[in-house]
Amino acid sequence: MDFSQHLLSILIWLPIIGGAALIAIGDGSDSSSSRAGLMRIVALTTSIVTFLFSIGLYVGFDNAFTDMQFIEKTPWVDSLNVFYSLGVDGISLPLILLTTFITPLVVISSWDTIKSRPAQYFAAFLILEGLMVGVFSALDALLFYVFWESMLIPMFLIIGIWGGARRVYATLKFFLYTFLGSVLMLVAFIYLYGQTGSFDLFDFMGVPLTLGAQKYIFIAFLLAFAVKVPMWPVHTWLPDAHVEAPTGGSVILAAIMLKMGGYGFVRLSLPIVPDGSEYFSGMMIALSLIAIVYIGFVALMQKDMKKLIAYSSIAHMGFVTLGLFILWSFDGGMGAGLGITGGLIQMISHGLISGAMFLCVGVLYDRMHSREISDYGGVANTMPMYAAFMVLFAMANAGLPGTSGFVGEFMVIIASFKANFWYAFLAAGTLILGAAYTLWMVKRVIYGEVANDNVAALKDLNSREFIVLAILAVSVLLVGLWPAPLVDMMSVTVEQLIEQVGHSKL
Amino acid sequence: MNLMDYVVAAPEITLLGLICFVLIADLFIDDENRVRTFWISILALGTMLLVLNAIVPDARSVIFSGSYVSDPLSQILKIAAVIFVAIAFLYSRDYLRANEIHKGEFYLLGLIGLLGMMIMMSANSMLTMYLGLETLALSMYALVAIDRNNATSAESAMKYFILGAIASGCLLYGISWIYGVTGSLEFHEMSAAITADPSLNSLPLWFGLAFLIVGIGFKFGAVPFHMWLPDVYQGARTPVTLYIATAPKLAALALFLRILVDGLGGLHDTWAAMIMIIAVLSLLVGNFVAIAQTNIKRMLGYSTIAHVGFILLALFTGTKQGNAVALFYTLTYVVAAAGAFGMIILLSRRGYDAENLSDFRGLNARSPWFALMMMFLMFSMAGVPPFVGFFAKLNVISAVVDSGFTGLAVLMVLASVVGAYYYLRVIWYMYFEDAEDKAVLQASTDMRVVLSLNSVAVLALGIVPGWLLVRCIQILG
Repeated sequence: MDFSQHLLSILIWLPIIGGAALIAIGDGSDSSSSRAGLMRIVALTTSIVTFLFSIGLYVGFDNAFTDMQFIEKTPWVDSLNVFYSLGVDGISLPLILLTTFITPLVVISSWDTIKSRPAQYFAAFLILEGLMVGVFSALDALLFYVFWESMLIPMFLIIGIWGGARRVYATLKFFLYTFLGSVLMLVAFIYLYGQTGSFDLFDFMGVPLTLGAQKYIFIAFLLAFAVKVPMWPVHTWLPDAHVEAPTGGSVILAAIMLKMGGYGFVRLSLPIVPDGSEYFSGMMIALSLIAIVYIGFVALMQKDMKKLIAYSSIAHMGFVTLGLFILWSFDGGMGAGLGITGGLIQMISHGLISGAMFLCVGVLYDRMHSREISDYGGVANTMPMYAAFMVLFAMANAGLPGTSGFVGEFMVIIASFKANFWYAFLAAGTLILGAAYTLWMVKRVIYGEVANDNVAALKDLNSREFIVLAILAVSVLLVGLWPAPLVDMMSVTVEQLIEQVGHSKL
Repeated sequence: MNLMDYVVAAPEITLLGLICFVLIADLFIDDENRVRTFWISILALGTMLLVLNAIVPDARSVIFSGSYVSDPLSQILKIAAVIFVAIAFLYSRDYLRANEIHKGEFYLLGLIGLLGMMIMMSANSMLTMYLGLETLALSMYALVAIDRNNATSAESAMKYFILGAIASGCLLYGISWIYGVTGSLEFHEMSAAITADPSLNSLPLWFGLAFLIVGIGFKFGAVPFHMWLPDVYQGARTPVTLYIATAPKLAALALFLRILVDGLGGLHDTWAAMIMIIAVLSLLVGNFVAIAQTNIKRMLGYSTIAHVGFILLALFTGTKQGNAVALFYTLTYVVAAAGAFGMIILLSRRGYDAENLSDFRGLNARSPWFALMMMFLMFSMAGVPPFVGFFAKLNVISAVVDSGFTGLAVLMVLASVVGAYYYLRVIWYMYFEDAEDKAVLQASTDMRVVLSLNSVAVLALGIVPGWLLVRCIQILG
């Protein structure tokens, strides 16, 4: 059997099988028993092996190739003409790599912090990983939808079982919000199925549609993706979910699940309903700018560290949607590519940075069981190593040149400058806001005098935490200093996307 | 009438013989050994499966002067009904024994009800249909009252009986009008009469049709003829609820397909609007009212009403695709319903019914495996992929969109989101709350195995839904 032909299937099913195995092993009565040790090893091994396979995907990927690669296609439900059809291009590959990269880090970071039902916890993350890879590689709309929706189940349980005090409220809100958003996408898929006779995404892209139909389909897609991104005003589930989720859940949510909204816009909205997207692009830009500016101010006022990072995520994701929908504001030329590439890089970069930020908060939370900024102060005195990491990630979050946060935002801002001065003015304005809320939090938490006895008693990072944060720090700097491999990976696909979007489907 | 007629009708004849055998055998079994009646009944159902599989109708054969039909549709429905009655018996045995209502009549009435269902599934004339319907209904009334010392059971049996009698009356009245107009009781002759003389398609026929729809709506439990359903689901002992909630739904589907599609298919334009209204009402009332329930049996009752809405919306399209997906939906819904009520029985024990939602608190701590199984069932009912409930809903929505009712499809998915809430609530209780009741689950090995298979089936059918769907399309396409 040639593995390279089934690499994507391996990436999807290996973690799911690993997760199922963990459920079968089950939790012992005591989490420190040898059984608990066994399942941590199973979880870590599965996630690392999955990551190694994904490196094979990277190595085998041809940047110059315009079509999908690693294609797998087998009939799934004949009577509906549904295929189990997978493939990657320059847009989905970085996101798959991000998924397989973040998951082992999450497993390591929750190594011994999860006391209740660790087997179920790790199983949920592994199954989630497989399903997320599935979302990024599905080329059949129904398969995409199946992965997209099933993904909610493990996340629902992660927040609900291992979350904080208001976890039930938060997780129900998360589930119902995203479910409501997605079901209309299903209706849109079924409508398109009626037009094309298949669920193949490329058939959807090829079929001519009237502007009226495109508008409806765009709105159906918008509801699904805007909730996921999340865009203002459907963002309210995110701060709740983030605050209540356990650290690992927040990391996955911020680093990967939010990217699915952006991915959905690129993979579905833009190519399937280009005229509808153009029609609504003004509204999308407005919503993005509101997210960037207004949510930035909201973030400034937060007292809870996780909430602050959650709002900062919404603001940063605003750059992604801005970059994507600025496409039509040019008369032509290269700005369009810059905006989309910038948006995509921002997704990857935000995945790394927000993941790291949530892990940093998690480190403090594990020690003091508080996320309130006011409970801290002068942490640098007791945890110098931690403080160094935290400051680095905070700088990256504020978009400091040399970190990954700078690259994507800078590209989007340049693109918006070419499009319209005021877009750029508002977007660039948040660079200041972003710096303000992030660095102010760092100032209050990390610097100053030691605030209280609890802070004085803090112990610095242990080796496990150090490894996770160091890996993330290196990747944040790597993407910031040398984004070329990432840009090269995307460029051909982005060019093709722009060409495709340029063709009216009327 | 020739001998071949009896071969075609062999399933019903065999079942009748077996019922008589069970009836007599049960007389010689004392209360301590009542479980033998159970095993004899299971053997009888096993025999039925063999008989049903031995006689494969490759096409329609109409016998007994046009009053009985055997076709692939009746075949699949009967096999499913036999299997679900057997599952209901298996899940019920230990519960009945623990609660000291382990009587031979339970199995006997269950089998007689099955006979009624099978007659309905093979009915080719109004009278056969009515005969089957009453056989089924009368056994169900008695089953609901099987715990005769229990006031709620007796109350709900009375309610069920009175409302059921009214509904049967309506149906019979409708039948008489249709007979008066078309001059026939046999479905295909009715259909031919309407085609031959379009002037028949007028007010008197519609008047009869309306009464028929009242009767059919009652049997399905569709709004506004649903009032009996939550009361009976809640009032009956859980094994009886399990019985009522599963196989008879297949018979109700047969009732619809035989009368309104085979017989009065020519009047689709007239009945479609009526069916659409009751379907949409069922969808909305079922989902919204279920949210307010604290009794899980009652909640599942309202959830049934919502699912009936989906089934009726598939049938309302009147297309072959619509009928096929209605069959798929009903079959897969019944799988999930059997599992869900089985789970309630599993959590119950002597003198204690786990019929409140709060009884599911902390199930994950008590039994992670069965919490997982219940989660599968709930997500399937909510229509979340990758469980089969999703494919069932997808197919119905697709049939509705194909018929040009995209707006209706939007309403359906929005109603599903409302519905998701109360299914999630069960999962919330199981996973996010601590157990008040820490008792270890007691269940026999056979029940554990069958219940697990039953629940895993909703996942397995969701991952490979193709074959069943193709089968449904072959049968009704």
